[in-house]
Formats: sequence, C-alpha cells, structure tokens
Amino acid sequence: METSNRNIIEEHLKKIRSSVKDGIDVDTFPIMISKQLSLYYGDFKAVNEASIPIFPQTVTAVIGPSGCGKSSYLRCFNRMNDYIPGVKIDGSIFLHDQDIYDEDVDPVSLRRKIGMVFQKPNPFPKTIYQNIAWGPKINGMKDHMDDRVQQALEKAALWNEVKDKLHQSGLSLSGGQQQRLCIARTIAMEPEVILMDEPCSALDPISTGRIEDLIFELKKKYSIVIVTHNMQQAARVSDFTVFMYQGDVIEYGPTERIFTRPQKKQTEDYVRGKFG
Amino acid sequence: MKFVRLKEVPVHIFLLFSTLLSVCTTIAIVFFLFKESLVFFKEVSVFEYLFGTKWTPLFHPQHFGFLPLLSGTLLIAFCSAIVSIPLGVMTAIYLSEYANSKVRTWLKPVLEILSGIPTVVYGYFALTFVTPILKYLFPSTLVFNAASASIVVGVMTLPMIASLSDDAMRAVPRSLRDAGYALGATKAEVSAKIVFPAALSGVLASFVLAISRAIGETMAVTLAAGATPNLTINPLESVQTMTSYIVQLSLGDTPHGTLEYQTLFVIGVTLFLITLLMNFISELILRKYRQKYE
Repeated sequence: METSNRNIIEEHLKKIRSSVKDGIDVDTFPIMISKQLSLYYGDFKAVNEASIPIFPQTVTAVIGPSGCGKSSYLRCFNRMNDYIPGVKIDGSIFLHDQDIYDEDVDPVSLRRKIGMVFQKPNPFPKTIYQNIAWGPKINGMKDHMDDRVQQALEKAALWNEVKDKLHQSGLSLSGGQQQRLCIARTIAMEPEVILMDEPCSALDPISTGRIEDLIFELKKKYSIVIVTHNMQQAARVSDFTVFMYQGDVIEYGPTERIFTRPQKKQTEDYVRGKFG
Repeated sequence: MKFVRLKEVPVHIFLLFSTLLSVCTTIAIVFFLFKESLVFFKEVSVFEYLFGTKWTPLFHPQHFGFLPLLSGTLLIAFCSAIVSIPLGVMTAIYLSEYANSKVRTWLKPVLEILSGIPTVVYGYFALTFVTPILKYLFPSTLVFNAASASIVVGVMTLPMIASLSDDAMRAVPRSLRDAGYALGATKAEVSAKIVFPAALSGVLASFVLAISRAIGETMAVTLAAGATPNLTINPLESVQTMTSYIVQLSLGDTPHGTLEYQTLFVIGVTLFLITLLMNFISELILRKYRQKYE
C-alpha cells in the first residue's frame, strides 16, 4: 500500500516538476504533496484540482487576491475543514506517503503533526504558560513541561519578553506578542509542518518584521506553508510560491522566478500589482 | 432660543410617565412590605425570628422561628440544583457543540416548551407520578416530600440553565475552537477545556438564576412538599417553604391585624431580600469570571 503510494507521489511530482520552467532545484522527497485536490462548499467549487509539493525545511507561500480559495486550500492540509458543514473534498494530500484523506486516518492525531497559526491571534483566555502547555498536556506529553514551555517560547523569540510574567493572561500581551505566543503554542507540539493563514494581517509593520524573522529561523527545522495577500512578504520569506486565482493554482515555482519571470500572464499581472 | 420640536414633548413625557409608574409601584410594594414587617417586629424579637427553630404562628403556643422555613426553601433549592445543573450543562454542551443545526432548530423550542408548562401542572405531576416512584424506591417516603418537589422544580429550571449556558457557549468565538482543534484536540476536549471555561461566567450566572427561581417557586412546591414547617435535611420528609407558607396563610381565614397575619409581610420581605442577594451574587459572578476573548 505505502510503496504504491510512493510510486503515485513520484509520478505526480515528476509531472509537477516538468510543468515548472527551469525546474525545481530541490531534490528531496516532499514532506507533503497535494494531488488534484478540490474543495466544494455545497455546489460552489472553491479549490479546483490543486497540485503542489511542500518540500522539507522550506517556506512555501500561497498568494492570490481575496476569495481565490487560498485559505480554504491551506485548511485542507490539516483537515480543518472537516468541521465545516457542507464541505466536500476530492483528491488527495499526502504526508510522507500516507494520504491524509484515507478513511483510516484520524484527523485529530494528524493535527498533532501539522500545526496551524491563524489570521487573528487567538490565544486561549488562560495564562501564557497554560497557553503553551495546553496542547502537549491533552496529547499526553506531560514530562518536563517547564522546559517544554521555555523552549517553545525561546524558539518563538518571545521568552525574553514574557519570562517574568508566565502566569499572566495571554491576552495581556500585545497583538504581535500574542501571535508569537500562538506560534510558540504550535511549536510546543513539535509538529512536522506549520501552516500559517495570513499570520501578519492583523499586525503592525514592526511586529510583522519580527514574525518574518521568526519564520526564517523556523524553517531550519520545520516545513512552513504561509498564505499571504502581501506579495512583498511572500517574496521576502518564501522559497516557493503558489499563485492562486478563482480556485485554480495558476502557477507554482521557485519564488524568485515567480516574481521576476512568471510564465503565465495572470501571474505577471498580479505580481506587478495590476489587480488584486 | 433653543429649538424644540413640539411633537417630541408629549412623547417624552408619556415615556417618562410609563417608566415612573413601574418604578413607583416597585418602591411602593417594598415600602409597604417593610412597614408592615415593623409591626411584627414590635411583638417578636428579630433574634427569635432569625434563630428560632420552631414555626407555629397558627397554633398555640405560637413560635416565630424562621429557620424551618429557610431550611425547607434551601433544601428544595439545593436538591433541585442537583437535578438541573448537571442535566442543564450537558444539554447546553450538546446543543452548542454537538447538535447539527437541524437538530438544534427543533430541540431548542421543545426545551422552551418545558418552561411554558404551568407550574401547578408540575406540582400535580410530582404528586401523582414522581412521589409514587419515590415511595417504591424508598418506602419511608412521605406523601408530601421535598424530594419529589425538588425533582420537578429541577426539571422546570433545567431549560433556563440549558438555554442561557448554550447562549454563553455559542458566544465563544470560533477562532478559539479552531486553535484547540489545530493542536490535536478532540471535540470533547475542545468543549470541556476551551469552550466551557471561556463561557464560565454566563454558565454560573444561569445557575444562580435557576436557584433563585427555585427559591421563588410556589405552586409546584406547595402541592408536592406539603405544609409542615420542618427543620430537616432529609428530602424524603415533608417540608414547608417560605412561598408555600404564604399560600397557606393567604388561603386561610386568618383575621387581619393579628400577629400571624403580619408574618405574611415578614416572610415576603425575607424572600425579597434573598432574591435580591441572589441577583447581586449573579452580577458579581458575571463580573468576576467574565473573560475577554480577544
């Protein structure tokens, strides 16, 4: 079963590679790959047969105008759409060589491996410490909690600012700090992939800069997919860029190439700021 | 001169008059209650009233110890809370987190019908249905007993807890649930460890309101719990609550102006103060546990 999945993935990856002009200069096996993934809200098709690979220790940015389906698509990678009534999904997304939409996959344990950071900072109305400890605790990782909390906060570049007030409410922090707290909370679960849904859209430029620095640090260890409508941000932080428009993946490729020599007219118009 | 739109003046006056009318009525009732109570306390000391253990205003020798009525009232409030709080909370969690919108749209109105049933029907139901079952289970149960009254009052106040707690839980933003799911939590964990604590202030306030309603409940309790002032914590015995005492006295032929007649107002004042205290507590809880979500 799993070897046959591996063949499917390699076939599929070959196809994607051949469609990218100048190729992809990464040789590793993708950590995740989506294969003809479609998402319907009732009768409306929000994502249309999207196929992209996610390579380990890279940042993949998904850009496109509002309503293009990029957030809906991102939420497919950890099955967050499962709880939305009326959503139907076709196609597959593989994590390593396991199809996460297989019937025997438990979405709850899947989400322990694929973390997510949301558009608006959403810390729990609990203390900073409890915010970090909550995920590991419910997943049975109860040992050395103090170290775990400290490490997560250090990795999220928040430790120095909060080490003296770990037992204050997470909501007492500023917006940018709250978002880093949410990132720390995700890191504490030691996921393999981190999905970020416009993580800076509610933040000021200075906080945004800090989060971008953080993403740069984090990609040494994690694979990151970030949805953004800020093209400069995609250009700054990502290795690969996906351009989506009206539910279709219009173009996928190395970021530098997407922004300097796009293959498709629509991509060129968008990155030049002609619409969106 | 300042411009005044003439048509607005009578509207203003009329609305002010309506408001004053209800405020004045309330003040008048409270004033009247207190005034009549003072007559009572000229004869009976406050100490005897508050700490006496016998309440026999209608017999000789008369005793005016209010503790049996208080214990009867609190016993019923407490036992009904044992029924209504767990069931109400479970119902609220089901409605807000588990039920799909189809189930919700017919389940919530059905639940609201429960609170629309006249309380006298509940009393009758307690007497003819609940008490025989209790008697079968616990042969020592009396015909009139606190347990039976508590069960029906619990069922009566359950919709209030369920409905208010459901509202409080549904007001918790989706983003908090998303955060929980994204960390690999199950639906049960999200409900119990994120949504419930975040909605705690509203949920606790619904408890206080339900208990307050149980304290004020009259008809069902009068029918099912009996009219024996009894300082007990055994729910299988007959007790009398403050409200059912008021019913008893109002229906009887107690002559105006007698000391026993004045007890009506004293008990009224006491009930009023207790309800006021409960409202105050509920306000405190709301303020203390209210959590900002974002």
